[in-house]
Amino acid sequence: MDLFEYQARDLFAKHGVPVLAGEVIDTPEAARAATDRLGGKSVVKAQVKVGGRGKAGGVKLAATPDEAVARATDILGMDIKGHTVHKVMIAETAPEILEEYYVSYLLDRTNRTFLAMASVQGGMDIEEVAEKTPEALAKVPVDSNEGVTIEKAREIVAQAKFPAEVAEKVAEVMVTLWDTFVAEDALLVEVNPLAKVASGDILALDGKVSLDANADFRQLEHEALEDKDAANPLEAAAKAKNLNYVKLDGEVGIIGNGAGLVMSTLDVVAYAGENHGSVKPANFLDIGGGASAEVMANGLEIILGDPDVKSVFVNVFGGITACDEVANGIVQALELLKSKGEEVTKPLVVRLDGNNAELGRKILSDANHPLVQRVDTMDGAADKAAELAAAAK
Amino acid sequence: MAIFLNKDSKVIVQGMTGATGMKHTKLMLGDGTNIVGGVNPRKAGTSVDIDGNDIPVFGTVAEAMEKTGANVSVLFVPPAFAKAAVVEAIDAEIPLAVVITEGIAVHDSAAFWAYAKSKGNKTRIIGPNCPGLITPGQSNAGIIPGDITKPGRIGLVSKSGTLTYQMMYELRDIGFSSAVGIGGDPVIGTTHIDALAAFEADPETDLIVMIGEIGGDAEERAADFIKENVTKPVVGYVAGFTAPEGKTMGHAGAIVSGSSGTAAAKKEALEAAGVKVGKTPTETAKLARAILAG
Repeated sequence: MDLFEYQARDLFAKHGVPVLAGEVIDTPEAARAATDRLGGKSVVKAQVKVGGRGKAGGVKLAATPDEAVARATDILGMDIKGHTVHKVMIAETAPEILEEYYVSYLLDRTNRTFLAMASVQGGMDIEEVAEKTPEALAKVPVDSNEGVTIEKAREIVAQAKFPAEVAEKVAEVMVTLWDTFVAEDALLVEVNPLAKVASGDILALDGKVSLDANADFRQLEHEALEDKDAANPLEAAAKAKNLNYVKLDGEVGIIGNGAGLVMSTLDVVAYAGENHGSVKPANFLDIGGGASAEVMANGLEIILGDPDVKSVFVNVFGGITACDEVANGIVQALELLKSKGEEVTKPLVVRLDGNNAELGRKILSDANHPLVQRVDTMDGAADKAAELAAAAK
Repeated sequence: MAIFLNKDSKVIVQGMTGATGMKHTKLMLGDGTNIVGGVNPRKAGTSVDIDGNDIPVFGTVAEAMEKTGANVSVLFVPPAFAKAAVVEAIDAEIPLAVVITEGIAVHDSAAFWAYAKSKGNKTRIIGPNCPGLITPGQSNAGIIPGDITKPGRIGLVSKSGTLTYQMMYELRDIGFSSAVGIGGDPVIGTTHIDALAAFEADPETDLIVMIGEIGGDAEERAADFIKENVTKPVVGYVAGFTAPEGKTMGHAGAIVSGSSGTAAAKKEALEAAGVKVGKTPTETAKLARAILAG
């Protein structure tokens, strides 16, 4: 989960990374009191999970509380690269900035270790720095069991060639930033810019944090950080039912078991769609192993509730799960939906293979549901589902 | 021969006494796996009857190894306790630890990988978030269904469980030497490269099928490895061509960020290394068949 800047700021503050005061608001009028609390002037910053908001006009100075209200009025509701601004942060104005640096910790998948990155060329897009002047970006592996002590932090700072007068202060920030990274189970903590200001202090002026959802069991406070407003309503409904669902922009609804098989199903449907009016997959939905009738019903309910969906492809390979159970699940799911008054009107193409496939296919044939068709190969079933979606378009 | 696992493997199960552990211990026994014990400190000294097999429960991995000569551990430990269980297996220096558990936090998997490394990698880790591995007709360590296929001469390595099953099914008449599910998490123990190297060295494997998916650069690195080190034919499949940027597709590691981790880049790298890459699992199976038919 990627966080908003204000949430990253709050986590930084909690773990001792030096930040400016700030609070988040969602109505223009609230900017007045917030700016008052900061001594009468502020920076109004759009909270969107996308870069380049300054250039888009999403960051403005306000010299008075009235001006803060006016700027918040401008910025709230603004569209920045497809992201609507629902919240702004009213932040303390930064003292004069003398230099801008970059620091982060992240997972280095290739080397299966954590990595510290640091550069004295901050403030801009770090991917650009990495590309144009790779020597200006220090990358230092961090052993997760050893962590970042002040000695390790000094090593990182030395490698990035920070000026002597700020080196120790930056090293201290590297330690507190590591604490944030570990304590919050983050996948990424990034400060850009880390600024040297006129007083000589080092301040984290903007930051990005991405959290690991697999750690939610021990990070009970993270649930509150979720941006429930922005979630696609179908994705939110699926999440509430513990379904692994991603909304896409096509017409063929997809249900399958296993992340890899579902990903593959999306591809196969997209290829088939090339021959059928360019229809595409409408979603990713992995119902996992041991799909009960209830899980199947929940999945079908989400997918059939998507107005973009014109046909549904259920693609199951029975591994441990037996296909007869899956077939029963589909039949019961359709009955369950009917009993809820949600009669199914979209065609379903079902492909069952693997464990007890014959039995599963027989159950579907016997049920003889007018909207359910069986196709026994993955490629053939994808083609049928694409054809049906194209016909209903 | 096969790789990593054979009929002589003595397998223990960490987390055997839980519901998932029991279910799969029973299935593994049914596939002929020599299961010599379970590990649960709270039930040490007891034993569990599974289909007429009396399986002793030990307090620690080290004790189980000492008493039974176990050399493989399969872990069904819940995510919150998985790191401690893997660290225990590493401390006991068991040669192979197969981590089935799904949903382990990255800070935990990074920590046990770093720990394994600091101990000289005496324990090969497969997973986490994987279906394990099977050497058909000999032994099954994990949750891959044992009845999809038979012993044969194809080696399979895959990031995805269900695609492993699908591919074994497509080529079930030919059969497999070993099939290894390495898992779809950002940090995994055994990589495509490790399995490719083992299959290359295995005289009972004639052809290797490798299945990848979006995210990371493991497939690209595997392609470089194949170019330099693999003489056997390799057929590949990559899932996730239509996955949008920035959306995690089920597996924690399956995400395209920016221009990195795309299926197209992986396919291109594999093809440049001489790997025949199928557009769909079925087409991939056909490519394998054509090569084996000469």
